Amino acid sequence: MAKIELNQIAHTYDIDISNPTYALEEFSITWEDGGRYAILGPSGCGKTTMLNIMSGIVHPTQGRILFDGVDVTATDTSNRNIAQVFQFPVIYNTMTVQENLAFPLVCRGVANSRIKEKVDEVAETLGLTNLLRKLALKLTADQKQLISLGRGLVRDDVAAVLMDEPLTVIDPDLKFRLRRKLKEINEKYKLTLIYVTHDQNEAMTFAEQIVVMDKGKIVQVGTPRDLFEKPETTFVGYFIGSPAMNLFKCEVASEDEVLFCGAKFKTSSDLRSVSQSSEVQMGIRSEFIQVASEKSENTIPAKVKMIDDCGNFKLISAQCENFEVKVKVNRQMSISQESLLLKFPAEKCCVYHGEKLV
Amino acid sequence: MDLVAENLVFRPENEYHLNNVSFTMTRGKLYTILGRTLAGKTTLLKTIAGLIAPDSGSITYSGKEFGSLPVWKRNVAMVYQQFINYPHLTVFDNVAFPLKQRKVSTATIQQKVSQALQQVGLQGFEERKIQALSGGQQQRVALARSLVKEAELLLLDEPLVNLDYKLREQLRDEFRGIFNSGLMDQSILIYSSTDPVETMQLGGDVVVMDEGSVLQQAKAQDVFEHPADTRVALIANDPAMNLIAGEKTGGMIVINQAIRMDVPRHLKSLMDGRYTFGIRAADISIDKEGDLWEVELSEISGSETFIHLRNGEHSIVGLLEMVKDIQIGEKISVQFDTQWLYAFDQKGDLAASPFQKAD
Repeated sequence: MAKIELNQIAHTYDIDISNPTYALEEFSITWEDGGRYAILGPSGCGKTTMLNIMSGIVHPTQGRILFDGVDVTATDTSNRNIAQVFQFPVIYNTMTVQENLAFPLVCRGVANSRIKEKVDEVAETLGLTNLLRKLALKLTADQKQLISLGRGLVRDDVAAVLMDEPLTVIDPDLKFRLRRKLKEINEKYKLTLIYVTHDQNEAMTFAEQIVVMDKGKIVQVGTPRDLFEKPETTFVGYFIGSPAMNLFKCEVASEDEVLFCGAKFKTSSDLRSVSQSSEVQMGIRSEFIQVASEKSENTIPAKVKMIDDCGNFKLISAQCENFEVKVKVNRQMSISQESLLLKFPAEKCCVYHGEKLV
Repeated sequence: MDLVAENLVFRPENEYHLNNVSFTMTRGKLYTILGRTLAGKTTLLKTIAGLIAPDSGSITYSGKEFGSLPVWKRNVAMVYQQFINYPHLTVFDNVAFPLKQRKVSTATIQQKVSQALQQVGLQGFEERKIQALSGGQQQRVALARSLVKEAELLLLDEPLVNLDYKLREQLRDEFRGIFNSGLMDQSILIYSSTDPVETMQLGGDVVVMDEGSVLQQAKAQDVFEHPADTRVALIANDPAMNLIAGEKTGGMIVINQAIRMDVPRHLKSLMDGRYTFGIRAADISIDKEGDLWEVELSEISGSETFIHLRNGEHSIVGLLEMVKDIQIGEKISVQFDTQWLYAFDQKGDLAASPFQKAD
């Protein structure tokens, strides 16, 4: 259990480093002891590289790694006391659950009585007690993934558990069981958990803090709520949320208004730092747009193009002049008319200048 | 021009992969096979393609026996989960491959490949090597290759499952555009998926499968509104529909002795007795007047909060709009919006739905 600091880390896989392409551009970040984090981003954004640098599988081109203030940059993987859980369960199929869980301790020459105590405790926490004598081969995918995790937990000296897309092979209705276990473990052992994924839902439901990455850079660190309501860049607005945030090209009209489709829209951004008539983008989540009954501030007429019934909600695709707007509404709302009046509540309208939140 | 399967059975090593599967599919329509992993979706597609010979049962296409035809005579195109392309060929040559095999003229190849690449949004990529493409682009190449074949049967086996979440969303929209563009009027399209929302969005007819059997075949909306049984209610909803055993007695529905609800109008005509009641996560809300449930887990997904709740032996999932701060272990009072309550009989078959049947 440790606080992990990454100081001015950068990494390139190029051998010739005279003009390298960086898989990770220089960044610093601190993972607090006992925190529950997710690293989120599309394929190739550098998230697995970051994880591998922490575990010691990859040695960074530049920078230092500190575990509780101790420099471990040159320490190899086996001495960093990191537990890892991968996309697919990595377990010994020919061993029983008990033997699988005991293995890391047996390898370290721990006394038998202590091994039994530890294995029983971890099995109880993970709900594996009844399966201890079973062959690992006979288990379901989520049980196998719990064993991978359990092997990390039996050691007393684990600094952090790093997980790379651990729920990929788990059926949707079992995923929550594993997430719940992870949260319990986080509470009980005060373990630092770092979870890598490209799936925003998994990141949002798992983590207290999410690190969003794109093209080798950290673009925002925040709580799920921050990322959803106040994305700091248009990329985060696009990447978090389903559907992506609506973004409209418009002009600055006053200190808190933009000119969109010929009308002034009040926003939540302070636009004094951006000069009048500058081209900006207004962003609003499809969840926050309302269907209005009468014209008022921030309303705009729209033509309905398509209505998708998605089960729990309906998704309206509508056209406001040249802009397409997506609006998420309750499944029970009936929309028969072809034109709607949409309201963009001012406190939910964010303004982006050069792709960054103003 | 129907594809008709009758009583297909495939049972290697005494385990049913297909268990008496029957269906009829019509040209010009899209069918989604919805089921969890190992439901038999891939086996079914492979059986249609001729890659698996069933132990018994028959498949006919426009009235002709299809089962004994070898793969290459079936005029079938398949897109797999993995991005399968010829790694040493360019994008153009990958897409042109089936046409070259058929010795089609160069001019026609040129024209058809360009058209297909345009449909999948890869114009300008003709000379690129496959390795230089992203996963999403590679899957578009595979789709383009299956389009130029103008196959009578186009089979897509969870084509988006190996893509990034966001890319999946984008490609799903694009695929839907292609499917609806009229180009597929001469084909039967069969798309397999584990994702109920994807199935709803693609529209078309849904074939719900579990453990090798077809549980229901109906329009997507119909499966949503009238799930044939409790298994369909679980598979065709995300999160799965909450199912709770209880009793209808007089004007009340009683669950666990402690939880009592007035019988909603659409369930009044049900006979008194024991049922499994179904309610979707979105139809559960926090309400002071409700019954107490313990929070096992609370998860935020941006605009929504999922709460996992327990009361005695029953556990349910609720989906609340907006971000709510709810602690694990907290006891909260919860109300079911009973106007959306389903009832399933003792066998698990649908006894009553809150929706009126369309016909």
